[in-house]
Amino acid sequence: MNSASCAAKISTQPFSLNPTSLTSHDNPLVFPKPTSLFLGSTRKLRLSSSSKLNLHRRSGTVVAVSDVVKQKKSKSTPSLLITKEEGLELYEDMILGRAFEDMCAQMYYRGKMFGFVHLYNGQEAVSTGFIKLLKQQDSVVSTYRDHVHALSKGVPARAVMSELFGKTTGCCRGQGGSMHMFSREHNLLGGFAFIGEGIPVATGAAFTSKYKREILKEADCDHVTLAFFGDGTCNNGQFFECLNMAALWKLPIVFVVENNLWAIGMSHLRATSDPQIYKKGPAFGMPGIHVDGMDVLKVREVAKEAIGRARRGEGPTLVECETYRFRGHSLADPDELRDPAEKAYYAARDPITALKKYLIENSLASEADLKAIDKKIDEVVEDAVDFADESPVPSRSQLLENVFADPKGFGIGPDGRYRCEDPKFTEGTAHV
Amino acid sequence: MAAIFQGVGAAAALSSSPSNSFDSKKFVFSPCRSFSVRKGASFAVVRSDGRVNLNPKGRRAQQLISNAVATKSDNAAASSSSKPGHELLLFEALQEGLEEEMERDPRVCVMGEDVGHYGGSYKVTKGLAKKFGDLRVLDTPIAENSFTGMGIGAAMTGLRPVVEGMNMGFLLLAFNQISNNCGMLHYTSGGQFTIPIVIRGPGGVGRQLGAEHSQRLESYFQSIPGIQMVACSTPYNAKGLMKAAIRSENPVIFFEHVLLYNLKERIPDEDYICNLEEAEMVRPGEHVTILTYSRMRYHVMQAAKTLVNKGYDPEVIDIRSLKPFDLYTIGNSVKKTHRVLIVEECMRTGGIGASLIAAITENFNDYLDAPIMCLSSQDVPTPYAGTLEEVTVVQPAQIVTAVEQLCQ
Repeated sequence: MNSASCAAKISTQPFSLNPTSLTSHDNPLVFPKPTSLFLGSTRKLRLSSSSKLNLHRRSGTVVAVSDVVKQKKSKSTPSLLITKEEGLELYEDMILGRAFEDMCAQMYYRGKMFGFVHLYNGQEAVSTGFIKLLKQQDSVVSTYRDHVHALSKGVPARAVMSELFGKTTGCCRGQGGSMHMFSREHNLLGGFAFIGEGIPVATGAAFTSKYKREILKEADCDHVTLAFFGDGTCNNGQFFECLNMAALWKLPIVFVVENNLWAIGMSHLRATSDPQIYKKGPAFGMPGIHVDGMDVLKVREVAKEAIGRARRGEGPTLVECETYRFRGHSLADPDELRDPAEKAYYAARDPITALKKYLIENSLASEADLKAIDKKIDEVVEDAVDFADESPVPSRSQLLENVFADPKGFGIGPDGRYRCEDPKFTEGTAHV
Repeated sequence: MAAIFQGVGAAAALSSSPSNSFDSKKFVFSPCRSFSVRKGASFAVVRSDGRVNLNPKGRRAQQLISNAVATKSDNAAASSSSKPGHELLLFEALQEGLEEEMERDPRVCVMGEDVGHYGGSYKVTKGLAKKFGDLRVLDTPIAENSFTGMGIGAAMTGLRPVVEGMNMGFLLLAFNQISNNCGMLHYTSGGQFTIPIVIRGPGGVGRQLGAEHSQRLESYFQSIPGIQMVACSTPYNAKGLMKAAIRSENPVIFFEHVLLYNLKERIPDEDYICNLEEAEMVRPGEHVTILTYSRMRYHVMQAAKTLVNKGYDPEVIDIRSLKPFDLYTIGNSVKKTHRVLIVEECMRTGGIGASLIAAITENFNDYLDAPIMCLSSQDVPTPYAGTLEEVTVVQPAQIVTAVEQLCQ
């Protein structure tokens, strides 16, 4: 089925939200705002008539996961997707992400953090849905919108907040900042300011995992790497080059597209010839999946399958999460281009509200349980701010310490000694 | 010094003739070398006149290793007994270094275009895929930016990759990864991740390869904080620097030259490395310091013959470490001769020579009797026509003229 006929199908659907915030009229092929019906339409787009979730075929079946979820739910004895413990864990993680980002906004406007700060409000389901399934040794590679990925991966809120304040106790000693969160302990490989830059790094981490298993004979090494990036990145060469290499060598990686439809002020539909990103997976020989990124349970189901595939050595997966950021691109973005109707539509699909509803309706948790978590997280975030406030700023001596892993790289000075042997070197006053 | 030189002055010219094959015996100037047996820790400096300089100021001494490159007189004496070491070409020396490091450490791997089955466009990785397998010697698709980034990601997570750019010029496509990730990630991660990667490839002006295949990227990369750059010029230092680069925890960009791959030299059998941060004394002298690297070393040595016949005594230093500069060796030389000539293949604007002039002027201005002269390639895209290409790079005649001018 070609795109044109699909567009026709979609446009005849009764409910569609047009992204009429587009003021440019040179793009006639405007896809209506993907709704829950879009996922249904996806089923009609599928080439195979089978409705089974089949991710094992090398040609890569494109599947809407909500179908799977619906099927599960339609069994006679409704089985729940999560246990109470899992539910509370997911809730807590999403609340942490939301509360932390809200606090970042406050702190930014109070002059405690500077530069470009990109907040994740609204997209928590993707981070929580994927990262909570990982082990500590699995790796996560992110973009500049990385605070919540760091928190989900286990980096303490204190370390992230300190890093944002530029203090030495930050996870990167204050040297990275908002867009460069790294944690060796938790295998968070960044934090990258240029889009697409992290995808090859993630591919490399997946390569190491395969190398460890096959060359270094660490037979049980099944570490998986997740690469998070946005819709804008999917038009970048590094994305395509890495899809090719990952599929070619069957690397244990999952490419997670956080499609929030906007790259600063550039609508995804204005920038992309074929906006359905998940279709690009099969072109490279891996499954491409589209999932509702505002629903943490759906994301988690897809993530389980994709991560499982990678762990079993079956290769990469491309997952497109339809999501939305409630705030502007960054705290400096006035966010004037997006249609208020579009924003309202997604605000109504707030992932935290949805999970809360699910937990309560299925008697997995009570209001009191959830309120307790809210309170706990508030305290964690407050504590993080206090900690960051009280932490020291980096002294001059820190300036040159991490330029080289081996500081002999600064070379030999005129006196014959290595520059790093100069006592003034650590003071940061030595000339290099 | 001059006496020693003339004694072995029968060495033939190392000209930029069509033949690419050189005989190592021509390198008979008893170069003063620094050796390190362990990774960069210590060495002894053997000077050309036989004096051994232990404990050069500030460095820890180690055992003495005799001059590995046989001088002509040594050859004559030892012709009856088995000569030490083995003879090979520069690309074989690189391969040997790579192979030994891959045997020594299973985390060392190679990635690049045609490095595996094809054996490398200049045969540096020949035979390695058969020996170590297709994953350790990885044939990549043509995606420099991404596979360099992949190498960086692999380095961050515990491997020690050697990334080959089929031609150094192709690494321009990987500039994003080299500048942003290779150089920066150790710093922006607060020291958490090391990137022990080696990025290597052939560069420089070849024989009518055209503008895009004749690029010198030293100048483009030199500003990137966090990386080291070295340029090899002999089989001996090629192998030594390759091993040192692989063992280094820092990211190293390793410049080879297309026209030097067939140089022949006798190198030691035993394990050795060359210090990444040090320059190499090629020919000690008194009148003028000539600083050079890579292929221009040979043009300089050819000019040196002419100069010696004219009565000059040039001191030739192969700086080897393009970033950082070895200001100790260079400084000592400047303090001795008071005149500096830089001969490089880099472009004039913003090249290695430009940085070197700045560094020397800043540190040793008082010792200079004349302004520093720098001979670089012309600021033109390398023309295809042979006659034009010849005048794009510095030729020995120009070097002779420059020295004469400098020493007036």
